[in-house]
Amino acid sequence: MNCNTAAFGDLLVTGVILGSVYALIALGYTMVYGVLKLINFAHDAIFMIGAAASFYLFGVWFDLNDPASGLGLVALLVLGLAFSGLASAGAAVALERLAYRPLRARGAARLSFLISAVGASFFITYLFQQNFLLGTSEHNFGGFMSRQPLVTVLGADLNGQRLLLFFGAIAMFIFLDRFVRTTRTGRSIRGVSEDLDAARMMGVNVDRVIMATFFIGGVFGGMAGFMYALVFEKVAWNLGFIPGLKAFTAAVLGGIGNIRGAALGGLLLGLIENLSTLCIGAEWKNPIAFSVLVLVLIFKPTGVLGEGLAK
Amino acid sequence: MSEAISTATAGVTNRPTGPQFQDFLPGVARVIPEGVLGGLNRIFEAWTKLGIFRYLIAGALLAATALPLGPPKDEVLVRTGFYMLLALGLNVVVGLAGLLDLGYVAFFMIGAYTTATFTNSDMGAHPVILNPWFVIPVAVVIALIAGILLGTPTLRLRGDYLAIVTLGFHEIVRQTARNLEVVNGSRGVFSIPHPDVTIAGQELTFGVLEPQKYWFILCVFMMAALFMINRLKDSRIGRSWEAIREDEVAAPAMGIPVVKMKLYAFAIGASTSGLAGWVLATKVGFISPNNFPLLSSILVLCAVVIGGIGSSLGALVGAVIVFGLPELLRDIGTEKILGFDIQTGRIAIFGLLLVIMMIFRPGASSPRPAGAELGGGSGDIAGDSVAPGIPGQA
Repeated sequence: MNCNTAAFGDLLVTGVILGSVYALIALGYTMVYGVLKLINFAHDAIFMIGAAASFYLFGVWFDLNDPASGLGLVALLVLGLAFSGLASAGAAVALERLAYRPLRARGAARLSFLISAVGASFFITYLFQQNFLLGTSEHNFGGFMSRQPLVTVLGADLNGQRLLLFFGAIAMFIFLDRFVRTTRTGRSIRGVSEDLDAARMMGVNVDRVIMATFFIGGVFGGMAGFMYALVFEKVAWNLGFIPGLKAFTAAVLGGIGNIRGAALGGLLLGLIENLSTLCIGAEWKNPIAFSVLVLVLIFKPTGVLGEGLAK
Repeated sequence: MSEAISTATAGVTNRPTGPQFQDFLPGVARVIPEGVLGGLNRIFEAWTKLGIFRYLIAGALLAATALPLGPPKDEVLVRTGFYMLLALGLNVVVGLAGLLDLGYVAFFMIGAYTTATFTNSDMGAHPVILNPWFVIPVAVVIALIAGILLGTPTLRLRGDYLAIVTLGFHEIVRQTARNLEVVNGSRGVFSIPHPDVTIAGQELTFGVLEPQKYWFILCVFMMAALFMINRLKDSRIGRSWEAIREDEVAAPAMGIPVVKMKLYAFAIGASTSGLAGWVLATKVGFISPNNFPLLSSILVLCAVVIGGIGSSLGALVGAVIVFGLPELLRDIGTEKILGFDIQTGRIAIFGLLLVIMMIFRPGASSPRPAGAELGGGSGDIAGDSVAPGIPGQA
């Protein structure tokens, strides 16, 4: 094996940055799995909607091309995060109401949920591929933020976009962890994920809790979509697919249904796939990430931190 | 629902020797008048009595559909034919065993690449070059082994995992083919020989521009698969699949080896897919990783669901709707429907159809009445979902 150690620092940093994206998306999978025991296949489309929404906001309606700075930039970023988060959350809640709740009301088989989820994912994704939405081409994005590196860590240049993604993800995870552990809604979410029927008997409004879960997952997915688009400076109809699949891998790796597991799994997966390119060609990145999924499922299906939101 | 029970119990009380029309398409049987139903039942009974000849007749009729179609329409037929065979196989996995395989086309790809590797002397990585016909069992067995290798660890886990692992598996296989120089990477494999044969001094050639002959091969394969699937459905294995699908907790309690039975379904699906891969490789003569996008796995699933989960006939009809119809619409010059581009927009429409069919799938509520279970027999699976699908769309 020829290992090229020169790029180590660079890959480590890239791994952490990408890992943060996976972690943020993985959260959507993990929370929905926690309460419904369902893989929300359409979550990759929810992520894409976040990126698309910010593209419409900044690229089409505001049409911003000049780098902003200072308070103006902060205002734009907050606006972008709020807009993309709410757009995705709205889509996620609508998805729950239209594609999942009717099935739940009927007590449909697991297979029906999965097929409905796959259908919804492809419906949303290919709807955005139509010319009246994003179309088939890639769009440039993020002209309003300077691309100059701000700091250098381990030999890797970090610009504002990457720093925003990393610290944003940390802040969001700390907030969510506190939210789920300390608030009333958070307690309901944990209760429902522990035992849905028992929670209902204890007076928890299960439908509302499920909606809240989709909302939170959507907000995180949407914000991740916005920051991902900022870092990679591109928005396209299919940008959710591969990160979605990897985020799911991350969720399983950390222990599906476990919020801290999603964060850990995301970082681990980002590091594994990027550091593997030290010794193996970069073209093997995706096969390696998905092989991790298969291996985890064989040897430790409950993931590193174990399953369950309540943990 | 009460109607369903009454027709079903009627099937129990005066049940003749063979299956009847109402067993085959209970949903249709429910809505047509009594007299017509009786007539259909008699036709169906006579048809059933034909035994194995049914497959020969149906195969011949299916093959004959190519005759009135000249080029380029018969090309569309063959392209649809690959997916009809795929849908038949996926229906075993999804419809009969209730396992969601989202990477089904990976086995199609494995079958095609195996064929390419063992027939094309340019491949050079190994000395074994076989006549294309002898590669059929190789392609089938290798696809089957791949299915077992993937299924063994994942089928023990919850069903959701299988879905996402198969999705990942498709991507692994595709990227591996793209990166491996042994199979020419992303350039793909060229000049795969056609399955020309000499029978009794007569040379029978299969050119790339003779789609009819490949259609005939596909018809033979489809009928063979159909025969196998129908036999399996009524066997111990088929009953076990039904039990597992209906209740995964009760099935092992009844002594059914769940993982083994799931593995059978998975392996049968994979080998059917591998067989289709053989036809593709020998027909087109050129394959590359780009021929097998992830989307095609999803589209085959759409075909199975739209046709009616669990029904073989439904799978065939579904494949015609999902793969044949858009091509035909393009042929007659319709590029857009309601502002949707047919080639790309159809996927959005099919996706929406999946959701709608899951939501409005009548009779799928659980637990189902015991009468329907008894009366339906093997055809009863179809009853849940085929009923609304087939008459409307076929």
